[in-house]
Amino acid sequence: MLRIKSLPMSITVRFFASLRDRIGRESVEIEANGLNCVQDVWKALVKQEPDARVLVAINARHAALDAKIQDGDEIAFFPPVTGG
Amino acid sequence: MDARVIAEPLEPWKEIQEFLSAHAELRGKCGAMVVFVGTMRSQNEGETVQSMHLEHYPEMTQAHLEEIARQARDKFGLSAVLLRHRVGEIHPGDDIVLVAVWAEHRKAAYEGNRFLMEDLKSTAPFWKEETLAGGERRWVEENTPG
Repeated sequence: MLRIKSLPMSITVRFFASLRDRIGRESVEIEANGLNCVQDVWKALVKQEPDARVLVAINARHAALDAKIQDGDEIAFFPPVTGG
Repeated sequence: MDARVIAEPLEPWKEIQEFLSAHAELRGKCGAMVVFVGTMRSQNEGETVQSMHLEHYPEMTQAHLEEIARQARDKFGLSAVLLRHRVGEIHPGDDIVLVAVWAEHRKAAYEGNRFLMEDLKSTAPFWKEETLAGGERRWVEENTPG
């Protein structure tokens, strides 16, 4: 039986504004083997479900919590925006 | 389209004059220009605010501003969009945002300007952290409804 070894996957995770204060981290690089979507990344780092106010970007574009992640991605978590 | 995040003091009327000087073709073509300037207030949620720090996500915010300027132009048929948004440390009375749009007629100009402002309030990645009169800091959790 042929076994394909999965390649190591590395991503960068950034936190902005009040989420950065709450989590206590600004940016972290993690091995993301076994993680499929953005929500998995949050749970691996924060150890709880994301609440409804957590927003997400993948590679600097708005994304959903169930969006798939890929090697080299930059995932950003942030609270509701307050510009203007 | 000219959309930019700026870290230095915003001078909206100077920006508009410079933009018009560089786009002389708008004169005669556009019958309408709508300008929105947003300014920091000294009071928020019952507290006196001493200063405010505007945070952004540089790699995302600049691209987002350019994208919504293009969207507004295409959706409303605008002839030109000038957009500036401050980041960094600001104080009450300082201007935060400039949205100026040009169109052939007022309907597109009003609606295009409103579209841009609502996006800046609800989607563009900016966050405000206030320092109150007593020195306490707090994040602004949500924008006032338009």
